[in-house]
Amino acid sequence: MATSATVHSHAAPQGFIRKYVFSLDHKVIGLQYYFLALVAVFVGMFLSLLMRVHMIWPTAVLPLIGEIKPETYLQLLTMHGTIMVFFVLTTAPQGGFGNYFLPIQIGAPDMAFPVLNMLSFWTTFVAFVVLIAAFFVTGGAPLHGWTGYAPLSALTNSGPGEQLGADLWITSIAIFCIASLMGALNFITTTLDMRAKGMTMFRMPLTCWSWFITAILGLLAFGVLLSAGILLLLDRNVGTSFYVPLVVVNGQIMGHKGGSPLLWQHLFWFFGHPEVYIAILPGMGVASQLLSTFSRKPIFGYKAMVYALMAIGFLGFMVWGHHMFMSGMSPYSAFAFSIMTMAIGVPSAIKTFNWLGTLLHARIRFQTPMLYAIGFVSLFVSGGLSGPFLAQPTLDIPLHDTAFVVGHFHLIMGVAAIFGMFAGTYYWFPKMFGRMMNETWGRVHFVITLIGTYCIFMPMHYLGMAGQPRRYSQFTELAYLHNLIPLNTFITYAAIITISAQFIFLINLFWSMFKGPKASDNPWEATTLEWTTATPPPHDNFGGVTPVVYHGPYEYSVPGAKKDFVMQTDPAGVAAH
Amino acid sequence: MGLALLAIIWLITLVSTYFFAAKTWWLPHGASASAQWIDGQFALTYVLMGIVFLAAQLSLGWLVWRYRDQGPSQPVKYTHGNTKLELIWTTLTAVLFIGLNLMGSSVWAAERFAPAAPGSIPVEVTGMQFAWYFRYAGADGKFGSTNPKLMDPSAGSEAAIGLDTSDPASKDDVVTGTMYLPVNREVDLRLRSVDVIHSFFVPSFRFKQDAVPGLEIRMHFTPLEIGDYEIACAELCGLGHYKMHGMVHVVSAEDFDKWIAAREAEKQ
Amino acid sequence: MSSLSSPISIELPNTGRGGGEHPPAHGGDGGGRGGDSSPNYGQRLRRARLGLIVGLASVTMIFVSLTSALIFRQGLPTFDAVTSGYVRDWIPLNLPLALLLVNTGLLFLSSLSAEFARRQITRQAALAPVRSIPGVSLGDEKGFPWLAVTLVLGGGFLAGQWMAWRELAARDFYVATNPSSSFFYLLTATHAVHLCGGILVLLYAAGTSLLHKPVEKRRIVVDVTAWYWHFMFLLWIYIFALLWFVR
Repeated sequence: MATSATVHSHAAPQGFIRKYVFSLDHKVIGLQYYFLALVAVFVGMFLSLLMRVHMIWPTAVLPLIGEIKPETYLQLLTMHGTIMVFFVLTTAPQGGFGNYFLPIQIGAPDMAFPVLNMLSFWTTFVAFVVLIAAFFVTGGAPLHGWTGYAPLSALTNSGPGEQLGADLWITSIAIFCIASLMGALNFITTTLDMRAKGMTMFRMPLTCWSWFITAILGLLAFGVLLSAGILLLLDRNVGTSFYVPLVVVNGQIMGHKGGSPLLWQHLFWFFGHPEVYIAILPGMGVASQLLSTFSRKPIFGYKAMVYALMAIGFLGFMVWGHHMFMSGMSPYSAFAFSIMTMAIGVPSAIKTFNWLGTLLHARIRFQTPMLYAIGFVSLFVSGGLSGPFLAQPTLDIPLHDTAFVVGHFHLIMGVAAIFGMFAGTYYWFPKMFGRMMNETWGRVHFVITLIGTYCIFMPMHYLGMAGQPRRYSQFTELAYLHNLIPLNTFITYAAIITISAQFIFLINLFWSMFKGPKASDNPWEATTLEWTTATPPPHDNFGGVTPVVYHGPYEYSVPGAKKDFVMQTDPAGVAAH
Repeated sequence: MGLALLAIIWLITLVSTYFFAAKTWWLPHGASASAQWIDGQFALTYVLMGIVFLAAQLSLGWLVWRYRDQGPSQPVKYTHGNTKLELIWTTLTAVLFIGLNLMGSSVWAAERFAPAAPGSIPVEVTGMQFAWYFRYAGADGKFGSTNPKLMDPSAGSEAAIGLDTSDPASKDDVVTGTMYLPVNREVDLRLRSVDVIHSFFVPSFRFKQDAVPGLEIRMHFTPLEIGDYEIACAELCGLGHYKMHGMVHVVSAEDFDKWIAAREAEKQ
Repeated sequence: MSSLSSPISIELPNTGRGGGEHPPAHGGDGGGRGGDSSPNYGQRLRRARLGLIVGLASVTMIFVSLTSALIFRQGLPTFDAVTSGYVRDWIPLNLPLALLLVNTGLLFLSSLSAEFARRQITRQAALAPVRSIPGVSLGDEKGFPWLAVTLVLGGGFLAGQWMAWRELAARDFYVATNPSSSFFYLLTATHAVHLCGGILVLLYAAGTSLLHKPVEKRRIVVDVTAWYWHFMFLLWIYIFALLWFVR
């Protein structure tokens, strides 16, 4: 299984199916992941648009869709979260850009196990189809939220969508776990075993480090989610009682006893917390890469950046209980988790200081990729600083399960990580498609999206402090929520505008693929290995020549060098390290 | 573009900060004993994080403008970093974050590590799809037993929680759909759930606790002001989650006794 | 017929480094290619083993999480409204110990035969360059069918597990009877699924010999699968011990 791929001992595949459908080429697979994520993100955005419209106009009857009932709102919410977290945030940054550029950036002709790579994409695709199928079965999609807390998710009569829809949801996630584990295996083996000569670990670009550590997180976390999901399927369908104690639904005693809802939470969040780092680490790698490239300056504190990535990854496994402060978990454990959570703020802060340090005394170019990298830093700061509130259990008391949390994680996962993907797209587009994206429309998209997303998610912090709970389909029933409706209305309008503006990006993307100005091999004058290849790179990436690396990845403005950048493969020039 | 970026980032930062500082939308007025401690810790965190927010965002905006590319002769400092500076700001950040956390820990300990004080009034809260029920122990101070087999939400409050009327301790139990509490007396809360996870959240009391099936969770708080306070469910529990609300009426001790006596009388 | 002792003794370099010696023309060779167009099987073997270790980390995490779920669930009391107190509902399981011990023995023997198969094909791969020299004959290539023995023993283990399940059902312990039985079925089934994966790959390895793929390639498949198989055996020991001591 692991060794049956030997594509490089013969010529590139012919035929549409081998070339574009079941391709073993990591570049094609990377694009497949990317386009899957693109479809998923537009589906997910549409669901959130419907959610926001319903929150403000709960009785509205929409064209084609009709009226959105409260349970429908929850179904939209569940699918929105699941699609975005799994099929966008865990797919595009790692499976998309990572697959395409990890081998090239380390000087390898492909991933370690190309057949496994192909299987991991198609398994992800099957998982997506199974998830979407939940919309179309009797009862519809589940309504238990992407976090799927038991017993709500474990009882088939706890609400609409909790029969077949919930089973499909769990099955989709289980399939996704397997796909991710396959991918993680590939990324780790490739990084450890296939670096070109001279490409030591500490000469790898920070993008490669972020993909590597993200893969380790995934390797150790997804197995736990898989177990959790299997236990949930058993509780739902076979009558076991892992998660469900004796419960009475609508006067009817269900056949479970002795189970623990907290067990689900522990297993889920043991996966769930590393998952959010899986979502953001690649974006941090891209931000570091772009900030350095477009500042014409080495990244400030490369080693510290690497150690910070490692610390975030390691500590990420020790903080899961901070999602459970109010859950009935022991308050002593809560205290321990709280300290670890504050600790994880430290490496994140180091990274922020270093990004700012990179900009100091630089010479900044403002092409679109850089705009998104700068936006990333701003959004990461904003989203990150609400963390210390939630990390303290006493402050979590008023803030848990309110809009404050929604604002916090959306600013980081729903905007900063997305900006990382935008940045990567604008940056690597020339290498993948041989053309440049349109700069003007890129800027327009950036400005609208930056302001728009801040208008959507910053006010949620105010709403949360005022006590607005999350996952409420409308605000008509509690008196104290009535005066929060105007701010919620503002958010909805901001969402409508911002979501509409994403079509600018979509049009720019596809139009530029065919009609954009032709790109040179290294339009950004960057130093890393992907900019040494032809555009787009040939089947084995380097045209039969294995690269040799002489420098670290961020040798910009080296004193005494001919140009303001020294490529990693350039034998001449100052070899500082 | 550098100037535009500075303008956009500064504008967003200053507008956001204005609304935080002006408290246009803010925590509701605190009406319980723990509100003062919690609000104090909140204010401290808020000021410190606010300073960091302003410093980071404003400097980001300034840096991208000040160091914009103004030509090839612009000097660029070729440096891979500064280890001493890294160590300094790492230590400061660690001290700030962990210190902040330790400061709030005594409040957490007081709230959660210790049981309710003697003399507190025991109240049992039961959550179910989609209503809250409250039970008072009556003169004997004991809660009678309940039985899932006797649960029938369509037959009134006592049946909803499955009160076992054959248990003598149940005779004086009062079960209502509205919560009444005497002011200035600690509440010994026992939180239960019948079906899925709910969460008992009273913003004005700075009180929140999940109600978990299979557990009876004991918490305590002390209401300090007479008034009416809304209860919101704060854990997704199904299609009625948004309308699973209740009301806490905090009244004087005399009014509370009168209310309880009236409820007992109704049972006869 | 047994190839435990080879017909002639030849001193060969440590075959872990790949077939033969050729200087690496470009270092760190990403594609597993040697200096000329011959594939660098030693490097590929190392890479495959690395991939296996990485993959086994994720399998380990699955069983770590199932273990914590078991320990958590076993110690967990739930609130009983009728008595207003906490009760634990863990009832120890009546394990079919003799049957499980027999299965363990079968799996142990299959691990042995897998190891013999692995060493046998390592030797064959080492001798491959010598065999290709015209005029050299090293005797019968086939050797004892250790792979087939492993498959049979592995199949025997799975059959035995199935019988253990039947035995447990006969004692009225089904999947949902109580948490202890749930975990028994869950852990043994998860292990069995992973073992089936190993069996499928062994069948593939046996198949490649029929398809006349190069022996060095087959060696990598058999090597990795044999190590996987040993892991599956050790995992079973762990699961058995867990189910016995924490039942």
